[in-house]
Amino acid sequence: MTPRTLDPVQRRALRRQKMRRASVYALAILIALWILLPIWLIASQAFSNQEDIYGFPKTVVPTPVSTETMDFFLNYQGILQATRNSVVVAVLTLVLSTLLAMPAGYAISRYIFPGRAAFRLSILAVRAFPIVILAVPLAVTFIQWGMFDQVYSVALMHTALTLPTTVLVVSSVFASIPVELEEAARVFGASPFQAFIRVVMPLVLPGVAAAAIFTFVMSWNEVFAATLLTIRNRTLPALILYTLNKSPLEFQYAGGFFMLVPSLVFIFFIRRYLFNMWGQITK
Amino acid sequence: MAEIRVENAVKTFGKVTAVDHVDLTVFDQEFVVLLGPSGCGKTTLLRAIAGLGMVDSGRVMIGDRDVTYLPPKDRNISMVFQSYAIFPHMKVWDNIAFGLKMKRVPKAEQQSRVQSAAELLHIEDFLDRYPSQMSGGQRQRVAVARAIAVHAQVLLMDEPLSNLDALLRLEMRAELKRLLNELHATTIYVTHDQIEALSMGDRIAVMRNGQILQFDVPTKVYDAPADRFVGGFIGSPPMNFLEGQVRKELNDLRVYIGDFGLAPIPEIKEPLSRYEGNPVGIGIRAENMEALRQPAPDALQVTVLVVEPLGSQNLLTIRIGASIIKVSTHPDFIAAPNQDIWIRFPADKIRWYDRETGRAIVPDLEKLVAP
Repeated sequence: MTPRTLDPVQRRALRRQKMRRASVYALAILIALWILLPIWLIASQAFSNQEDIYGFPKTVVPTPVSTETMDFFLNYQGILQATRNSVVVAVLTLVLSTLLAMPAGYAISRYIFPGRAAFRLSILAVRAFPIVILAVPLAVTFIQWGMFDQVYSVALMHTALTLPTTVLVVSSVFASIPVELEEAARVFGASPFQAFIRVVMPLVLPGVAAAAIFTFVMSWNEVFAATLLTIRNRTLPALILYTLNKSPLEFQYAGGFFMLVPSLVFIFFIRRYLFNMWGQITK
Repeated sequence: MAEIRVENAVKTFGKVTAVDHVDLTVFDQEFVVLLGPSGCGKTTLLRAIAGLGMVDSGRVMIGDRDVTYLPPKDRNISMVFQSYAIFPHMKVWDNIAFGLKMKRVPKAEQQSRVQSAAELLHIEDFLDRYPSQMSGGQRQRVAVARAIAVHAQVLLMDEPLSNLDALLRLEMRAELKRLLNELHATTIYVTHDQIEALSMGDRIAVMRNGQILQFDVPTKVYDAPADRFVGGFIGSPPMNFLEGQVRKELNDLRVYIGDFGLAPIPEIKEPLSRYEGNPVGIGIRAENMEALRQPAPDALQVTVLVVEPLGSQNLLTIRIGASIIKVSTHPDFIAAPNQDIWIRFPADKIRWYDRETGRAIVPDLEKLVAP
């Protein structure tokens, strides 16, 4: 093969194309570092001993690796209780939110009913308000109803806050199941309910599970409403936020890491479905 | 017995009337094709019979039962969907057995019925596979196997071949026809492919704008379209349409294309005489005209525009006045563009149409539309 000769115009075009690609990569790397560096810092410090945490410069990989800091955090008073609260709240939120979102999402994706567009918009509108605006009147209501400072009141609050997203994700999951499948089931002897259970459910299960996990993560991370609604029964983020400015560095690192891990793990597993929510085609 | 009878069915979607006062009777074990362009209401009509979309008014009878308001599962029907609609999370075996399981057919019989349905469609080696591991043609076979395994008296098919590539469609068409012959189910088959309709149906109901324009055996629908639209929709090439002027001379009726006079057959003269002094539509199929190289007293002189040799025939595009028509000739008929030839119109092959309504001018239109 003879080496291909390029004239100057071609060479310039080629160079420009390479430059463009390089700059895209550079930008992507920059954005990735922006997010990954703090995570790495928190993770590496959470597994350093006390000496290294206050030491400088930091090493990329903690030497020696130590669970001393994590031990300190986990044995700190109230952490276990708060973790338990957080899990209870998140699970309750997941169950309530999913149970409500399933029929709502199904209706939006399957039926054309009067007010459907308005309904969809109102769902989005809830997300358009900052949590702060919604949380205060809700907190007042909870106090009036005598449900203040209870784990399940936080769960109700979180359900209200996560429901819009869950409904939208679940409805997009339902929308991805062709309606003909249900019709076929009904033609071949199934009632509408049987068609749903035997055909639609198995197909939407992975997507709905993803939506549920996302709900769990949102509840797990939610701090404002949780802080507002609880005093003695703090969830983990509420407790950490509350104690943050009076606690030592190792507590902050370990706490941050402990909060971070479940979210990262879950999001990793369900990322495909979350992309789906934004209309990206996945196979 | 499973005669299907649709009486005065109406179905509207908002302002659109998808099915407009349709009456349709399909005899027991008959194979009827609903044919029409997209949006003509054929699928809506089929879905009304299936129970997947109820009619706004009118009645649907299957056998002696009024099923107008029954859910699909109580209608004793089975169906093949355009998108196949086979369940992706079930193996082929479970897909075929779905209807049997829902009807609580005993296990042993399920096994034997799935097996025989699969064998009829030559997919018995794929029963353990998931649909995603199969080609489009094989999935189509699964959909048909699932439909015949339930032994329903009524089989509804919604464009079952439209998603297959051309070659596979040709193969499946013949195979489906053979299969349905053996099944003895009353079948309604929806398609927009006129060749499919002509080749498969016992009778064809041609639809447009929610109405049935003609309902008859394929040869009648092809040879004697009750409507201009039917003639133009069916056939490849479609029927040619010209315009002529009706005139009475010496007590005889003539229709003039320019100054070339056509003599209609006797039984058409009476209805045609009502158009005296007015223009009428003339319809004739490409293969029914006779092309001559020499002038003849009863032939019209025309100019060839295009010659398309198609192997079994030569298709000539010719101009008559302002109209362009197609004439098919024997492959030995040699013609070149811009050459003058002569066309003979056999009187018994000409169809006459009202220019306003597009309806055929015949002694008894009612009988032609739905005998």
